[in-house]
Amino acid sequence: MRTEAERRPARGIRTRLPVSPWLFLAPGLLITGGFTLYPFLSTVARSFTDARTLTAGRFTGGANYRELVHDPVFWTALRNSLLYVAGVVPPLVVLPLLLALLVQRQVPGIAFFRAAFYTPVVASVVVTGLIWVWLLDDRGLVNAVLSALGSGRAGFLSDPWLLLGSAMAVTVWKGLGYYMIVYLAALARVPRELHEACAVDGAGAVRRFLTVTVPAVRPTMVLVAALAAVNACRVFSEVYLLAGPGGGPGGEDTTLVMLVQQAGTGLSGRTGYASALSVVVFVLTLGLMLLVLRADRTADR
Amino acid sequence: MSGPRVPGRAGRRWWPLVVRYVLLLGVLALTIGPFLWQLSTSLKGPGEDIYRFPPSLLPQRPTLANYGAVAEVVPVWDFALNSLRVAAASVLTNCAGAALAGYALARLRFRGRRVALLVFLAALLVPAESILVAQFLTMRQFQLNDTLLGVVLPGSIGALNVLLMRNAFAALPPEVEEAAFVDGANAWQRFTRIALPSARGTLAVVAVFAFMGAWDDFLWPLIVLSDQSKFTLTVGLNYLHGTFADNQRLVAAGSVIAVLPLIVLFACLQRSFFRGAGEGAVKG
Repeated sequence: MRTEAERRPARGIRTRLPVSPWLFLAPGLLITGGFTLYPFLSTVARSFTDARTLTAGRFTGGANYRELVHDPVFWTALRNSLLYVAGVVPPLVVLPLLLALLVQRQVPGIAFFRAAFYTPVVASVVVTGLIWVWLLDDRGLVNAVLSALGSGRAGFLSDPWLLLGSAMAVTVWKGLGYYMIVYLAALARVPRELHEACAVDGAGAVRRFLTVTVPAVRPTMVLVAALAAVNACRVFSEVYLLAGPGGGPGGEDTTLVMLVQQAGTGLSGRTGYASALSVVVFVLTLGLMLLVLRADRTADR
Repeated sequence: MSGPRVPGRAGRRWWPLVVRYVLLLGVLALTIGPFLWQLSTSLKGPGEDIYRFPPSLLPQRPTLANYGAVAEVVPVWDFALNSLRVAAASVLTNCAGAALAGYALARLRFRGRRVALLVFLAALLVPAESILVAQFLTMRQFQLNDTLLGVVLPGSIGALNVLLMRNAFAALPPEVEEAAFVDGANAWQRFTRIALPSARGTLAVVAVFAFMGAWDDFLWPLIVLSDQSKFTLTVGLNYLHGTFADNQRLVAAGSVIAVLPLIVLFACLQRSFFRGAGEGAVKG
């Protein structure tokens, strides 16, 4: 999309009144400035104060950040959010690509399958979360099947580690269709001749996948990795619904954003401290994005 | 996975197709199955054991009683109406605001255009989760907490939508508008009569994603709303789940109410939804 716009450096037409363009821009700039950029700056500023919901607070320097470092709950939350990234990104890079290959060929009924695979993306995370809460219940369908297979029931929603894993599984399940579409668009641009040439050389499907498909869609894989990483790092709803508002047994499954929500909202919110947490979330997402893009560049050499 | 194999031609033709369909059906069961299980649970009456094993996939005597019951314990139809209001408002503001700003960025020449573009690009870098607390405080300041307006406002004109519209306008051939300019059409006329009709496709994409985004949003409404009568469906469902967790039939009925409108909307629009990706795919 970027290239289309850049190809023609449309210089545009000057308006009679110099103010007209700004009238076009006013609503967008107002909302973006007032509800994204200003809140961001005020979050950074507030993170250096002891503000609460009902009081503005005074400048306390790095006190919030010092407290953060000594707060074991923060480390648990950071660990969980990073584990989430590590657990969710690899399957979300690989599985949707395989799925896209599966639905790429125009066989009868394929439009139905594509739409069906996209359904979990369309549904709200609350709905999908509740569906899986019921499926993974101690007496739910998954445990019924497991015990029928003779492996015994698992506490998907009571064991802290299994809980975190279950939430990751829901995230992956819900994201498959979205990234499938991203890959489908990329696959459509892979020249067919490459596959044919490779097939003539006697390469099997696996070889063709590794030598033709993967290199051709690698930029898309990097994009998917970056998007999935940023989203995983901000995870809230899946864990909130599966583990409950408190973040599971003993709060062991709390994530960073859950911590922000717990600490910073409501009438007794410690907004200064929560702002410091928010800054950590921001730095983390930005850092992950840069890391993924950089990893791609080093792999290029 | 076949190497240079030598079986008969017919044999080579059909079995990969069978494997493909088996895989497709397997994934279908995984993606759609959970929804159907929820639907089935919501249709099971109180006389039917929903925990029984082997599980009965179809309700023995389907009943809509749970849908009536869920409306008795929580005002689920009010929740739906609130969600609809929020989503409709978000579609309107996003389409109008993004089209206007996108047009100025793509087609009008003025001092400060790069700065304006930078504002929207910078906004893309800020994850909504990192400014929750500040937005919450802003809403308190304007006394918009616990109102639907407060739910809509922060996402009312997404920076990404502005950039999408900008690219859509920039991809149109500029000659028609230049001719209209020579004929004396002002910026507003060029925008409404020439540019906007040509960018309908992208506008539809913005509308669909604005609707889905607003209808599905959970964290922000959870923070800004506290009065039950103002709840949107997602927050209301979470409340239902928290309060009546042991009544799976009710929770199932509630979640079906929340997801059905979106699935219907999506089913109607899916053809245009996948046009870009689908039609470009390799024909087998």
